[in-house]
Amino acid sequence: MPKRGNPPIQGELLQGTLDLLILKTLALGPAHGHTIAYAIEHRSEEVLQVEHGSLYPALHRLEDRGWIASFWGTSENNRRARYYRLTPKGRTQLAEQTSRWDEIVRAVNRILRPAHE
Amino acid sequence: MGWLRFFRRRYWDDERARELEAYVEIETDDNIARGMTPQDARRAAVRKLGNPTLIREDIYTMNSLRFVETLWQDFRYGARLLRRNPTFAVIAVLTLALGTGANTAIFELVDAVSLRTLPVQHPEQLANVRIVKTREGRTGSFQGNWPNLSNPLWERIRAEQRVFSGMLAWGATRWNLASGGEARRAEGLYVSGDFFSTLGVRALLGRVLTTADDVKGCAAPGVVVSHAFWQREYAGDPSAVGRSILLDGHRLDIVGVTPPEFYGVEVGQSFDVALPICSRPMFGGRRSGLEESDVWFLAAFGRLKPGVTIEQANAQMDAISSRLFAATVSPHYDARLAKDYEQFKLGALPAASGLSDVRSSYSDPLRILFGVTAIVLLIACANLANLMLARATAREREIAVRLAIGASRSRIIRQMLSESLLIAALGASAGLVVASWFSTFLVSFLSTDTNPLFVDLAFDWRVFAFTAGMAASSCLIFGLTPAVRATRTAPMSAMKSGSRTISDSRERFGVRRVLVVMQVALSLVLVVAALLFVGSLRNLTHLDPGFRQEGVLVADVDYRKAGVAPDALAALNRTVLERFRAIPGVDAAAQVFSTPVSGNFWNQNVLVGGVEQPGSVNFNGVGPGYFKALSTPLVAGRDFDERDTPAAPKVAIVSEAFVRKYLHGANPVGQSFQIAAPAGEPRPSYTIVGIARDTKYGNLREEFSPLAYVDVDQSEDGDLDAQFAVHATTGLTAVAAEATRTLVQLNPAISVQYQTVQSQIGRSLTRERLMATLSAFFGALAVLIATIGLYGVMSYTTARRRVEIGIRMALGANRGSVISMIVREAGMLLVAGVIVGTALAMLAGRTAAALLYDVKPWDPATLAAAVGMLAAVTLLASWLPAWRATRLAPTAALREE
Repeated sequence: MPKRGNPPIQGELLQGTLDLLILKTLALGPAHGHTIAYAIEHRSEEVLQVEHGSLYPALHRLEDRGWIASFWGTSENNRRARYYRLTPKGRTQLAEQTSRWDEIVRAVNRILRPAHE
Repeated sequence: MGWLRFFRRRYWDDERARELEAYVEIETDDNIARGMTPQDARRAAVRKLGNPTLIREDIYTMNSLRFVETLWQDFRYGARLLRRNPTFAVIAVLTLALGTGANTAIFELVDAVSLRTLPVQHPEQLANVRIVKTREGRTGSFQGNWPNLSNPLWERIRAEQRVFSGMLAWGATRWNLASGGEARRAEGLYVSGDFFSTLGVRALLGRVLTTADDVKGCAAPGVVVSHAFWQREYAGDPSAVGRSILLDGHRLDIVGVTPPEFYGVEVGQSFDVALPICSRPMFGGRRSGLEESDVWFLAAFGRLKPGVTIEQANAQMDAISSRLFAATVSPHYDARLAKDYEQFKLGALPAASGLSDVRSSYSDPLRILFGVTAIVLLIACANLANLMLARATAREREIAVRLAIGASRSRIIRQMLSESLLIAALGASAGLVVASWFSTFLVSFLSTDTNPLFVDLAFDWRVFAFTAGMAASSCLIFGLTPAVRATRTAPMSAMKSGSRTISDSRERFGVRRVLVVMQVALSLVLVVAALLFVGSLRNLTHLDPGFRQEGVLVADVDYRKAGVAPDALAALNRTVLERFRAIPGVDAAAQVFSTPVSGNFWNQNVLVGGVEQPGSVNFNGVGPGYFKALSTPLVAGRDFDERDTPAAPKVAIVSEAFVRKYLHGANPVGQSFQIAAPAGEPRPSYTIVGIARDTKYGNLREEFSPLAYVDVDQSEDGDLDAQFAVHATTGLTAVAAEATRTLVQLNPAISVQYQTVQSQIGRSLTRERLMATLSAFFGALAVLIATIGLYGVMSYTTARRRVEIGIRMALGANRGSVISMIVREAGMLLVAGVIVGTALAMLAGRTAAALLYDVKPWDPATLAAAVGMLAAVTLLASWLPAWRATRLAPTAALREE
């Protein structure tokens, strides 16, 4: 349930950002799709809304690249669910992508907030 | 990973479905925990997830190769449509199969005969060494298929050349495998010792011949047999190597078997048995040709040294020519011939694909047949294009709907093309089956028992590429126009109401009419061609060659193993003749040098009144009774008889043409002529005792030319074989069997083989018969396909005009006038087709002219017959739908609106 204030950002995440967020979420431990979506929404204070239409294809894509792996497990309330975990290859990718993201943010900020301000 | 996912996409799809279901369950649990009712909780969860099918589809396409997937879909869709319309499918596949099959078969022959290289190591390095320049041709005895070189000349070339790393020579012959009675022939090769090693052909079993086998005077040469012969005669038994084989009565040991792919170096011919050249004196008798430079029986190849080009080789052959020829002049030559001989030039020509008789004699017919079959395929494509157009029109609304809901034009064109491609692929695969039948048929058609044609019809990549290319291009020809046109309709107009208007758009019918006109025109070309070829064959078989063709058996009797003394030969021949004449049913028999149109030639220059006459005269040696056996009447004088002994003055019978050309009307009987001979040698003189009707000599196409018969009983050459012409009123097979029995009774070592005059003539007409049979078949096929096309278009247009016809009839038009209106329309198509077709036929006629006999390429009667035939089928194809349309009650047609 979105709160008042800034409207949630939906469906317009920067290309590749969702992948990065998924990797980051999984760095904390294995999770299933529902938890990943919840975690991203919660930790962004409901600003980022994960569209399931993109989440599952993204998971599939990451798994296909070998950055995450999946297995069937049991959820907190005893439901069968497909869990994802980070692979070593995914961990390296996370580090790389994070520094790349920082670079982009710094670059964009340099333009938006020039130093003399 | 990558494309491997493609094969696991179903598994992944199932996984995702389960995963998404799990999500909904977890979210539902959460919602219930938040206090919703179970129904609301689940509904909210599903809403939050969104459309699961869409998500799955996204993932599915990620796993998929988009293009392959849609292509596969299109193919399945096309297959379903074809299944739903089996008549169309059968017509389409069948016509394409016949078209592509016939083309492929002819291509297979062209491929085997002229494109493929020899089955030896590095065929591209081979060069054919032969005499390339003479002033007036060569003189002497010519034996085998390629009498290019004599043995003395070949040995000199091999010794003096510097451009080849190795050379080989061979001469073809035939050996008799039987010890007596009816002969069994084996195709033989005399090969030089380095034949196999230079070609790089190794033995499959045992060993091949080497230079150690080919030494002058070899007494017991080893025999190498071909794989096919080994299979046929020894059932592939490995112990055949080491066993002996009987060749013309000589018992020799088999030393090896060649590999299956090696058939020799002459394309169109295969060998059974190979012996070293040094064995020729065993078989050759008096003139084995090993030492005589005027016995031509060898052909030679050289393998170019690395770095030497064919031009350099050719230049060296040219350079050594004068020395070689000067050193090998035959003592039989007079000064003039010797001078000529010394100026001959040798040359080297590329020989990667071997030598071939078939290649040269059938290149024209094959080219024409290629054209014919290509036209058949074009007609089939035009027909299919028409059928596809009709189907596309029927699917107009479906396509309009798809365009309207957002399908792209290219996607629809692609779909319709893949349907065409499916048809083309099916047609071409069926065509490959047709091709294999058809090419086997062609080879057996061109083979005769005395001259078997061997063509290796193995399927190779060229044939496959050709067929695939044909399938693709035919698909484009018949599929592209309908596909593009179908998507050009504006969705609006196609979907509007009933979409049936009183008269259809003219434009669409334009294309279909053009297609029909094209079909009619092309069929006209084929029908004209068929009539011309059939007419030529008819002229050739119905002309009077001057001798009887039916019921004449030709027996070649071989006494060589029978131990006949030379002076007993004449008596033996007389006995054989008497025995033959005693066979029931036989009413005439005579000895003969060679029956007409058998492929043997003997010609000489003659002198009349001591003056050498222009042109040469064909000769034949015949015994008494020959003219009766062949039913050639004597117009004056007498036949040879018992008075004409070797001791008596030599007599001759000449033909009317001889009299016309050389004796100028004076009473010829009693006059004499001489046979020209080199200075210093005697000129045999002959007294003319009779005049015979003109007959053909070499082939049926030639004009009657001067012909002189001499009496075989007066000749003294003492040949150990004799030919007899036997006329019987009963079946020739029985006569031949009886004749063999008689001969074996006489002496079991006599061998004999039979032909008939009819089969000899048939063989000389193989090309003509081939062209007539095939062009008639394809002409009929073309007309059939064109009729189907015309019928299709006419019944389609009349169906579309049912309302119009209904109105006309309601307003009082009678049935006849409506029918004639429609038939007239078809008539216009016919007229247009005939005009175009006549022009094309005239162009095509020029190509065929060389193969025709006694018919002109643009014979008005032939053209008229072809047009009449097409007119008849046009009438039928248009009258039927017209008649059906008028049987419909006008009210029924009108109520359909």
